Amino acid sequence: MSDNPTNEDRPAVEDVTELREVVADTDGAPLLEIREVTKMFGSVISLSEISTTVRAGQVTCVLGDNGAGKSTFIKILSGVYQPDHGELLVDGKPVTFSTPREALDAGIATVFQDLAMVPLMAIWRNFFLGSEPQKGWGPFKRFDEQTAKRITRKEMSDMGIDIRDTDQPVGTLSGGERQSVAIARAVHFGARLLILDEPTSALGVKQAGVVLKYIVQARDRGLGVIFITHNPHHAYPVGDRFLLLKRGKSLGDFAKSEITLPELTGLMAGGAELEQLAHELERGGGEEDGYTKGIAQQLLEDTKTLK
Amino acid sequence: MTATTVAPVDERIAHVGVLRRLLVKPEFGALIGAIVVFVFFAFQSNVFRSMNGAANWLDTASTVGIMAVPVAMLMIGGHFDLSAGVQTGTAGLATGIMTTYWGLNVYASLVVSLLLMLFIGFINGYLVTRTGLPSFIITLGMFLGLQGINLGVTKQVTNTVQVSNLDLVPGYKALKDVLGSTISIGGAKFQIAILWWVLFTVLGSYALLKTRFGNWIFATGGDANASKNVGVPTARTTILLFMLTSTAAWFVGNTQIVRFGTIQAQVGIGQELIFIVAAVIGGCLLTGGYGSAVGATVGALIFGMTQQGIVYAGWNSDWFKLFVGAMLLLAVLANQFVRRFAEQSRR
Repeated sequence: MSDNPTNEDRPAVEDVTELREVVADTDGAPLLEIREVTKMFGSVISLSEISTTVRAGQVTCVLGDNGAGKSTFIKILSGVYQPDHGELLVDGKPVTFSTPREALDAGIATVFQDLAMVPLMAIWRNFFLGSEPQKGWGPFKRFDEQTAKRITRKEMSDMGIDIRDTDQPVGTLSGGERQSVAIARAVHFGARLLILDEPTSALGVKQAGVVLKYIVQARDRGLGVIFITHNPHHAYPVGDRFLLLKRGKSLGDFAKSEITLPELTGLMAGGAELEQLAHELERGGGEEDGYTKGIAQQLLEDTKTLK
Repeated sequence: MTATTVAPVDERIAHVGVLRRLLVKPEFGALIGAIVVFVFFAFQSNVFRSMNGAANWLDTASTVGIMAVPVAMLMIGGHFDLSAGVQTGTAGLATGIMTTYWGLNVYASLVVSLLLMLFIGFINGYLVTRTGLPSFIITLGMFLGLQGINLGVTKQVTNTVQVSNLDLVPGYKALKDVLGSTISIGGAKFQIAILWWVLFTVLGSYALLKTRFGNWIFATGGDANASKNVGVPTARTTILLFMLTSTAAWFVGNTQIVRFGTIQAQVGIGQELIFIVAAVIGGCLLTGGYGSAVGATVGALIFGMTQQGIVYAGWNSDWFKLFVGAMLLLAVLANQFVRRFAEQSRR
């Protein structure tokens, strides 16, 4: 999908903005609350006492570098792993997910990086893959093509994506569009809370922008979103809450009003630590240079003696 | 792709032209090829274009076509069955031995040989899904194994390399009517197998395009891992596809023995590659996830027309396989070109 500016003044957007205000006003129990969750693998503490909340109609961003524990965090929320300590509360009630299916049934859908789509197949076939609507009776049951195409088109346009041809193979879509199909699919199959695993990491600047727009769309439709990323510049514009992870520990769980983008970036990069590293590199580099020079001179002398 | 407000009827769909719509169909290249082959031989020989000629090449095509359809479905599902050819022999020999040597009722024998074939198909599928080894290797093993069993058992039981005299067995007449009779049209005798071939093609195409199972076949062949993640039973789909291929082999093998009353122990050996050739000419990708049942049928038609066409044109039929080989390469290249063109123009 090329970013066509006409998309912005679609009439539907006004309605959802109203919806957003309504949803954001409610002060009830959060959609999902994570309380001091800890996960250990043997003696390795992968996550240590992580807490945050996700409300309907809000985006909670989980930021962290490689090895920060982001994947463990996702897997706990999506029911792949069970936490060793702490608890998850859905609508204020404690829950345990022993399988991904149970998380799905609670309305928590995870869109993993590989998106679980078959490139050679049409969009509508992918959309309903594994949950095909059927019509007819007994052995004459068949894939309800019309319904599948209609719902695909509708769900996509509700997300603000207008697809030309649902028969188009998914492989011919751009990365951002593919992401949007996966999100629309999760929403259609009853997701109230979307977990997006690095949806912008493999994309170019423009495509990443498109995906961010879909995140906003999902939020404006009243869904809770957990947006996993390592890019504060992607997270800050769309996020309402920011959970920062580093080496399995929480560096803080901030509302947007409590933190600015430079502060967020600073925390992400490890601020003071980075500065120290820069100095070390500078110094180290200088020494190394002298060392290399020494070796070069030695070599030169050696060759002379040989001659 | 441009974004505009959604209208109930999307006017941009008209921009995808009729030609382009046709081009993206996997069987399109094969259809063009079939027309070319037909016109070519029709000019070369007037027997070829007569009713008798047509009855002849359609007959040849039908035996390949009935198998090519499930083989194509299996290929779309991402697998090969190299034992598909020799399985036709196993099925025919089993029915023959049970009726003529062990005195079993014809219908009971048919049921038992069907169960045997379903079992063979299940073993193929189970081993492939369970071990994760390439189906090429698993079915190559099955191919060699069955080849040995076919010859070994036949020799043991009959002391010859064939099973004959099925035509003397009670109940043969009814079977012959269903599987081996002919229908006269315009003075030429068309084999009833041609009708069965059409039926198999229609059923196969329907299953692929209009059912949930068909969606799973494309998905399993296209990306088994992604399919599993969204709840497609990929192992079950694969096993069913192998069993489907074996069922078709049961049908073809029994058609052969019923039609001639006799079947050779070596029958079907080498045919497995012909089925794959037909499927590939018909637009199946070797990597799975793409292809069509109609395409496989058209591929079989091209094969039948060429085989008989060479004879009618008065050429030395020793060279037949050269034509098949050239046609296979041509078809694959044409398919690749067409697909690229179609995919590019969609963007």
